[in-house]
Amino acid sequence: MISNRLRQLGANTLDMFATSGRAGMVLGRALAGTFSIRRGGSLLLKQLYQVGVLSLAIIVVSGLFIGMVLGLQGYTILVDYGAEASLGPMVALSLVRELGPVVAALLFAGRAGSALTAEIGLMKATEQLSSMEMMAVDPLHRIVAPRLWAGLIALPLLTAIFNVVGVYGGYLIGVEWLGADSGGFWSAMQAAVDFHDDILNGAIKSVVFAFVVTWIAVFRGYDCVPTSEGIANATTRTVVHSSLAVLGLDFVLTALMFGEIG
Amino acid sequence: MTSDNLVEVRGLHFARGERVIYDGIDLDIKRGKVTAIMGPSGTGKTTLLRLIGGQLKPSAGSIRFDGVEVPTLGRNELFALRRRMGMLFQSGALFTDMNVFENVAFPVREHLKLPESVLRALVLMKLEAVGLRGARDLMPSELSGGMARRVALARAIVMDPAMIMYDEPFTGQDPISMGVLIQLIRLLNDALGLTSVIVSHDVDEVCSIADYAYIISNGQIVAHGTPQELGRSNNPRVSQFMQGLPDGPVPFHYPARAYSDDLLEVAA
Repeated sequence: MISNRLRQLGANTLDMFATSGRAGMVLGRALAGTFSIRRGGSLLLKQLYQVGVLSLAIIVVSGLFIGMVLGLQGYTILVDYGAEASLGPMVALSLVRELGPVVAALLFAGRAGSALTAEIGLMKATEQLSSMEMMAVDPLHRIVAPRLWAGLIALPLLTAIFNVVGVYGGYLIGVEWLGADSGGFWSAMQAAVDFHDDILNGAIKSVVFAFVVTWIAVFRGYDCVPTSEGIANATTRTVVHSSLAVLGLDFVLTALMFGEIG
Repeated sequence: MTSDNLVEVRGLHFARGERVIYDGIDLDIKRGKVTAIMGPSGTGKTTLLRLIGGQLKPSAGSIRFDGVEVPTLGRNELFALRRRMGMLFQSGALFTDMNVFENVAFPVREHLKLPESVLRALVLMKLEAVGLRGARDLMPSELSGGMARRVALARAIVMDPAMIMYDEPFTGQDPISMGVLIQLIRLLNDALGLTSVIVSHDVDEVCSIADYAYIISNGQIVAHGTPQELGRSNNPRVSQFMQGLPDGPVPFHYPARAYSDDLLEVAA
């Protein structure tokens, strides 16, 4: 009994290390290739459209609603203490520091990450990756690298858009609807939000999340079992693993960045 | 020093986990000829092509392509070597996000910097050879199975390889596209001075164009010779396969205990 459990644990651990090793090799080889601007540029543009522009709708709509909810909740609590002038900083800081990077990354994992995994997995299942290799073209350079870069560029930009729309949503509800003072809303926000501590740290978070989510997505697709079931599993894993990774890393990054404040 | 054989396989062993796929096989693929590799499904014929192409590494033995030992090559040398091989996958494996023209142009665009006009002429030439010049603007999803395979064939020959490997080219084809493919394989082989390897279990079709054939079963080469020699073979395994008999040395029944015992157990 115990020896069986131990064996299982050992097998799982070995499997985990083997998977991390393969993931590292995929990443290394995809990024190591010489990336010619002429050819790589058009591939990158196409992927930026796929993962970036096509994710805009969900990012804008979610950002607006989250900002609106923040405005509503924040106002009803703050007004009791006569502190509704702090609504601006509250909305902006929650978005820029936490909600923006995290929620945008989670949405990105569901919208773009799953699509990346399914696309690459299906290419593997239909032997497109194999045939590319036989044509002496490395699929890690041709398929994986542009998608990796596109994700890395797109998510931080999407996060910025998410933040802007969210702040506007908070303004709509807090100021336009519930009647907080417009000048106080903006000037308190301007005074409270620090470029280095808040904006830059939020941006660093979103770059880290972009890297992790896209890496998991392309690796799961590239490494999948090339059957319908295998692709389904890989897509699920992409969403689950990257969501967990984002939430876990967010805690670590927050502790590193803002830990000394408290 | 060029030998008659483009590919020489010696003492090849390959296993997948516990399952032994090849247990010491030798085979030669002669330059300029059409060589068939036949055998029942599940004997790992496709695996052999992947071994020759260097996508898999054997556990023992040697595979030489034009005098170069394939399994020992590094990634870059392997890629250089693969530019001299074409491979036609069973599914065609066309890139679904590109039209027919771009699919055929793909290897050229990746490897050579040709002016657009030269590229266009080259691609149209290859498409003309497979009779699909008019289909250049179609997407892969709009092609029939036979057409997709012909496009893949045009793509496989666009870099003018020395050798082309066909993985089950006849599977799932209607009689007309089958006839077209058979003719094309022979024609391209002779006109372009290629060396062709066909992996298949469609005995009649393959024998009509092959110069030489190997029959593989249970990880070993059961017989080899010209299709005529194989057709006359006295070896019961060979004649069963060549004539498609349901029962023989390769049994119809999966191994089991006696039928009567199995039935009586229920009654008892």
